[in-house]
Amino acid sequence: MMRIRIRFHKKGKIRFTSHRDVARIWERAFRRAGIAVAYSQGFSPRQKLSFGLALSTGHESEAEFLDVELVDDRYRGQKTWEADGDVSPATEVLESLNAVLPVGMDVVAVAPIEKGDSLQQAVVACTWSMDVDDIGRADAEAWVADVLSRAEIVVERERKGKPVIEDLRPHVHALGVTGTTETGVRLTADLGTQPRALRPTELLAAVDPPLVARSVCRMNQWTSQGTDREEPLMAPVAPAPLAKVPA
Amino acid sequence: MSSLWPELERVLGEVQKPARYIGCEDGMTVPDHHPGAVAWLLLYPDTYEIGLPNQGLQILYEILNERPDAVAERSYAPWTDLAEVLRREGLPLFSVDTHRAARDFDVLAFNLSAELVYTNVLECLDLAGIPIRTAHRTDDDPLVLVGGHCAYNPEPVADFVDAAVLGDGEEVVGEITEMLAAWKTEGGGTRVDLHRRLATITGVYVPSLYEVTFGDGRLHGVRASSEAVEVVEKRTVADLADWPYPKQQLVPLTEVVHDRLNVEVFRGCTRGCRFCQAGMITRPVRERPAAQVRTMVAEGLKRTGYDEVALTSLSTADFSGIEQVVAETVADDACGQVSVSLPSLRVDAFTVGIAAEIQKARRTGLTFAPEAGSWRMRQVINKLIREEDLYAAVESAYSQGWRRVKLYFLTGLPTETDQDTLGILEMARRCVEVGRQHLRNPSVTVSVGGFVPKPFTPFQWFGQNTEAELRRKVGVLRDELKRDTKGYRGVQLKWHDPRATAIEGLLSRGDRRVGAVVEDVWRSGGVFQEWSEHFSLELWTAALERHGLTLEEMVYRHRTEDEAFAWDHLSAGLHRDFLWQDWRDALEAVGLEDCRWTPCYDCGACTGYGIEHVVASATPPAGGSQGTGQDLANGGEVPVLLTARPEQRQPVPAGGG
Repeated sequence: MMRIRIRFHKKGKIRFTSHRDVARIWERAFRRAGIAVAYSQGFSPRQKLSFGLALSTGHESEAEFLDVELVDDRYRGQKTWEADGDVSPATEVLESLNAVLPVGMDVVAVAPIEKGDSLQQAVVACTWSMDVDDIGRADAEAWVADVLSRAEIVVERERKGKPVIEDLRPHVHALGVTGTTETGVRLTADLGTQPRALRPTELLAAVDPPLVARSVCRMNQWTSQGTDREEPLMAPVAPAPLAKVPA
Repeated sequence: MSSLWPELERVLGEVQKPARYIGCEDGMTVPDHHPGAVAWLLLYPDTYEIGLPNQGLQILYEILNERPDAVAERSYAPWTDLAEVLRREGLPLFSVDTHRAARDFDVLAFNLSAELVYTNVLECLDLAGIPIRTAHRTDDDPLVLVGGHCAYNPEPVADFVDAAVLGDGEEVVGEITEMLAAWKTEGGGTRVDLHRRLATITGVYVPSLYEVTFGDGRLHGVRASSEAVEVVEKRTVADLADWPYPKQQLVPLTEVVHDRLNVEVFRGCTRGCRFCQAGMITRPVRERPAAQVRTMVAEGLKRTGYDEVALTSLSTADFSGIEQVVAETVADDACGQVSVSLPSLRVDAFTVGIAAEIQKARRTGLTFAPEAGSWRMRQVINKLIREEDLYAAVESAYSQGWRRVKLYFLTGLPTETDQDTLGILEMARRCVEVGRQHLRNPSVTVSVGGFVPKPFTPFQWFGQNTEAELRRKVGVLRDELKRDTKGYRGVQLKWHDPRATAIEGLLSRGDRRVGAVVEDVWRSGGVFQEWSEHFSLELWTAALERHGLTLEEMVYRHRTEDEAFAWDHLSAGLHRDFLWQDWRDALEAVGLEDCRWTPCYDCGACTGYGIEHVVASATPPAGGSQGTGQDLANGGEVPVLLTARPEQRQPVPAGGG
C-alpha cells in the first residue's frame, strides 16, 4: 500500500462545479486512466481518496490537492513505483490523468507521500488572488490600509442556525494590492484556515465599503508560515507572487 | 453569432448549481457552424439534471453532429433564478455547448417526455426571444419542433410549434436536415412555404395545415388542408442494430438523475399493459443484437469511467438475449467493479436471480411494479402478475441481501373498487412478512400514482378519476394504515399529488383549445409545473375558467366509441378497432398474451408499416413471458415461428409479426 499526492488546477468554466462534483470527476478519471486506486470494504466500496480544503464553487485554483491510496505499490497494471523506465511513474500518472480530465482541470505535480496529517489539518493558510472591478488603485490601497490598521474585524454570522460573533482580523496574515486589471485592481491575501478557513469573499464583504470580486483564484496552500513556508506539494513552476504587505 | 460566455460567467456566481450551465461534459461536441450546416438546438424543457441523461436527445445530438450538413447543440430549461437574471441582464437563452444564443439556430427541437413541462417550452421560447405563437413568427425566426412521447397528442401545444415529429427520430432528423439545407441554398422563402415542405416528410405533423372544428363545446374533428396528408404516420426504425447510439454518451460534471452508462437493449413492448402508452406507441419490439449490447457496454464503461450500467427498455428482463449479456458482462474483468441495473424489473424470482448475479455490491433496494392490488384489477389492465410471482420475487430479494423493496401501483384505474385499492396494502403487508424471515426490519415502500388515460391506448375512452376521488382513495389507504399501525409495520406509503394528476390528464388528451390555457398559466408565472414546489392547481383552474373549459368535460368524462379524439389525424400504427376491442376486453377482465410468442392480434403496428418484431434470440428468456399464462419452460423453443435476425441485412418482408 502506498499513497500519492496530486496537485491540480481548476480553472475556466469548470470552476462552477462544486467540491462534490470534483470528487466524482476524480473517481471517474482514475477508473478511465487505469490507476490502481484502493477501494474501501463493505456494501458500497468507494475509492480511497482524500481531498483538502473545499474550494468555493465559482473560485479558480492553482493549488488543489488530493491524496490517493493505491492498492499496493503498483500504480497501473503490474507497474510498480520503483520501476525503471523511460517515463517516471509520476509523469505517467500525471499524463494519463490529464488525458481524461475535463478542460480546466490539470494535474501539475504527482509524488508519493508518507502517511501523515490529513490535508485539511496540515494546511494553515492560503494565498488568494482577487480581481475587483470599478475601483482605482489608490482607493484599493486605502481600503487595504484600513483593513490592516484595524485591531479587530468583528462579524456576526450564522452557524448551525445560531448567530456567532467572530473576529476575522487574526486570519488576515497578509493583504496587498498586487496589480491592476483593465477594469479594476488585483488584490492578494494570505488568509488563515485554522480552526476555520476565512473565505476571501467574506473578508471583502466585512469591511466598509464592501468589495465584490469578479474572480477569485487560490494560488497556494501553506503547511507552515514564515519565510521558509512550504506547500503540501510544490508545483514545478514558480508559485504566485507573495502578498507584498505583511500583517 | 459569438459566444455569450463572457456575459454569462459574470452572472453564474449568483445562481444555484451553476455547473448546470457550463457544458464541458465528456462526449460534448464543439461544432463548426459553417454556412452550409443546418444548426439544431436540442432542448429538454426541464432542468439539466433531469434532461441531460435523456437518451433520445443524446442519440439525435450524435447523429446530427456526424452529418456534414448539420450541427447540433443542447439546452435545458434554466432554473427560475437564472431565468430572472437573464431577463434582468437582457441575455437570451443559450446552448450549453458553445453558449450560443438560441435564436442563432435554424431549428429549436424540444423533447416532450412529460405533459407538465409544456409551460417550460413557452418559457424557453420567450427567453430565446422567439414569439411563442407560431402565427406571430417571422420568416427569420427559427423553426420550432417537438418530438418524444407527448408529441403523439401535440394539440395542447399546436399553436406554439411549427411541427411535431412522431416516433423514432433517427431517420427523420436527417430528412428534415436535407430539406432545410436545400431550403437555405435556394434562399429560403415564406414560413408558410416552409410549413408546406415540412409536411411532405413522413412523420412530420404541421398543425397550421389542419383545421380543427368544434361544436356544442366539443371537438368535432380535425381536417387536413390540401397541402397535408389526412393522417400523419409515426416513424419507426426497423432494426436497432443499425443505430448503435449513443456511441459517446455524455458524462456530466455535476450530478444528474440516472447518472450511469445507459445502453438501450430494445425498443417497443408487446406485453400489452393497457395503461401504458409507451408500450403501445413504440411497437413492434426491436431487440438489439446481444453482441452489440455487449460491445456498447464494454466500450461505454471504458470510455466514461462509470461503474454502473443500466440496460434500458420498457421491460429488460424480457430481452431474449438477457442471460448472455449478463453472463458476459459479469465475466469481463476489464469492466472492473461494475454494477448493472435493470431499471424495469419484471416481477419474478428469475429476474431477481439475474439482478443478484450482476449486482454483487450495493444491494440496497429493488423496485417492482405490480401496478394493481388485485388479480381482477390486473386482468383489467393486462398486467398479469400473480401474487405468487411477487412473493417469490420478494423472497428472492430479501434472501439475497436486499433490504428494501419498493412497489409501484396505480390507482384510479377503470372498474377499480375500494377493495382493489386496499389490496395494495395487503400485498405490501405480505411482502413485509416474507421479509421478516430474513431481516429484522424489512421495509416495503408503496408508491401510488393516480392513473392518467393516454392517447393511443385502450384506456383512451376512460374518464379519469376526479382529483377528489383520487384524494379519497389515497385517504382510504392512509386510514387503513392508521387503523392497524402494528399490522402494517414496515410499510411506507407515498403518493403522487392528485392535483398534478388532474392537469396531466388535461394535457394528455386535451385538444387545441387547451393551448390558450397553457399560455395563460405560463403568463401567470406557472413554470416548472412538474416540480411540487412550483405546481399550482389554482393557476390552471383559473385559466380553464377564463377560457370556458372544465376538467369535468375535458378530463373526467367517459368518451363514446365514435367520439372524435384530438389525435385522430395522427397514427401510431394501432387500429382504432383493435384498441376499442381491447377496451371492451379490459372491462370484462380478459387478459391478452404477449404477441411475440403467440399469433398476431393485428393491432396494426407491424402490418401497417411492413415491419416486424426483431429478437436477439429465437429462444425466449427463462421464465418465458411471465404472467401471460404461456407455458414456456426455461430454454424451450417458442411454439410459433419467429424470424430471428438475418445474418445479412435484407429487406424486411411485409406482413410478418
